[in-house]
Amino acid sequence: MNLAVREAFRAFNRAPMLSALSVTTIAFSLFAFGLFGLVAVNMRAALDQVEERVEIRGFVAAGTAPEATSAAVGDIAAFPEVGSVRLVTEVQALERARRELGEFQDVFEAGILPASIEVRLREGYRDPETVRTIARRFEAYDFIDDIRYGEEWVEKLYNMRNIATAVGITLGLIFAGVAVIIIGSTIRMAVLARSREIHIMRLVGATDGFIRAPFLIEGFLKGLLGGLLALALTYVTYTFVGQYLVQATYFEPALAVFGVLAGALIGLLGSAVSVGRHLRRV
Amino acid sequence: MIRFTHVSKQYPRGGPALDDVSFHLNKGEFAFLTGPSGAGKSTILKLIYVGERPTHGEVRVAGQSSAVMTRSQVPALRRRIGVVFQEFRLLEDRTAEQNVAFALEVIGTPRSQIGPKVARVLTQVGLAAKATSLPHELSGGEQQRVAIARALVNDPLVLLADEPTGNLDERATRGIFQLLRDINANGTAVLMASHDLNLVRTTNYRTLEMNHGKLVYDSGAAAPPEPAPGAPPSGATDTGAVA
Repeated sequence: MNLAVREAFRAFNRAPMLSALSVTTIAFSLFAFGLFGLVAVNMRAALDQVEERVEIRGFVAAGTAPEATSAAVGDIAAFPEVGSVRLVTEVQALERARRELGEFQDVFEAGILPASIEVRLREGYRDPETVRTIARRFEAYDFIDDIRYGEEWVEKLYNMRNIATAVGITLGLIFAGVAVIIIGSTIRMAVLARSREIHIMRLVGATDGFIRAPFLIEGFLKGLLGGLLALALTYVTYTFVGQYLVQATYFEPALAVFGVLAGALIGLLGSAVSVGRHLRRV
Repeated sequence: MIRFTHVSKQYPRGGPALDDVSFHLNKGEFAFLTGPSGAGKSTILKLIYVGERPTHGEVRVAGQSSAVMTRSQVPALRRRIGVVFQEFRLLEDRTAEQNVAFALEVIGTPRSQIGPKVARVLTQVGLAAKATSLPHELSGGEQQRVAIARALVNDPLVLLADEPTGNLDERATRGIFQLLRDINANGTAVLMASHDLNLVRTTNYRTLEMNHGKLVYDSGAAAPPEPAPGAPPSGATDTGAVA
């Protein structure tokens, strides 16, 4: 086996307690970051769900020729912002009202509800500005009596999403920063514990690159193990929350792999910084 | 082989460690570096193995100048220098032979060459029988022999010894000193820092005496470059330095 890899594993064997401690510390700092990530992922999923319901509904004046409405539906469907367009006839509107408001079904009579064109927007075009623009284009049709799109509601939702994104990025950066600092310090302890070895290596003429290699491997492995442990912990938490509190969404596999690799990368970088600083001093 | 030319060293915190020191150590020479604690002996050794850089002046070792040497050139130079310290500096969790082998492994020596080299050098220092002992199972003298074996295993041009007998009793001191003489007899230059004047006086090796960072006496100033062991003292009395 390559000497650098052998030395890295030797470091684990020689100080199992210290190694376990650093892996656990890394795991817990990544776990905190992971929990925050889970909250962010779930908030986003919830907002996405709500946002999907952003809808512009144009009511068609009574007596409009079906050809005119069909042509309008075709036109609107061609807008790049538009995801789907649906024509709801008077009959369909009545059926839906009766279905949704069962106890009042006798109140609804034929002809009371107008036909409508319902437009849902594509993802990324659900901001208030786009919604307003589409609504205005919609209004340009003569046979459209009225437009409803919950203007205030869309505005509030949009603000909420902006706040959630800003808070998410800020907290995420803070958590990630704390994780980097904690992981850096743990690895620095490992470097200090082996300062005699580093000193001897330098004395007998080992190159800096050679001295660094086992530490980088060690840091990478610790980060990787810490990342896996953090992933396991977040999964346990997710299962627990799902069972006793609310149904939540877990990380997608790609995101989970990315998180573990990020842990390994942080371990690698933390090692590089710690060893580099140590090598500059001795 | 080692040449100090008007070398001064000032540590960022603290007074001058070396003040205008000049001397020359020849290939295969044995010299003592003496003087009280804090006189600058260790600083001279550090400047030779590039553990420090001079503030002023030039240190030349094996043809390489401190003035132009880059950080990446330092490892190659250190492979030609052996260093031992008072406190041995062995890795406690490795056996004697693993400690010696470590010095070869970390410079990328092929594995097939490591075993024979380690065995040869451990025999040379008289520790072949204790190759598999851990440092704490060895006496102080034996630990220092392991450290010397580690310093020798790369066949250095010069062996720098910083108070190598400082932690040893008289018997072990004599043994280590004899070992260093044998190593020198085989052609390796030895520069040994020691404040043990009794040891220094028992021989007629060249003596460089330091005090307050200055070279105050060099017995080899007027002597031939390679004094033969057992030859009468050079008799040099001036305090000048040979450049």
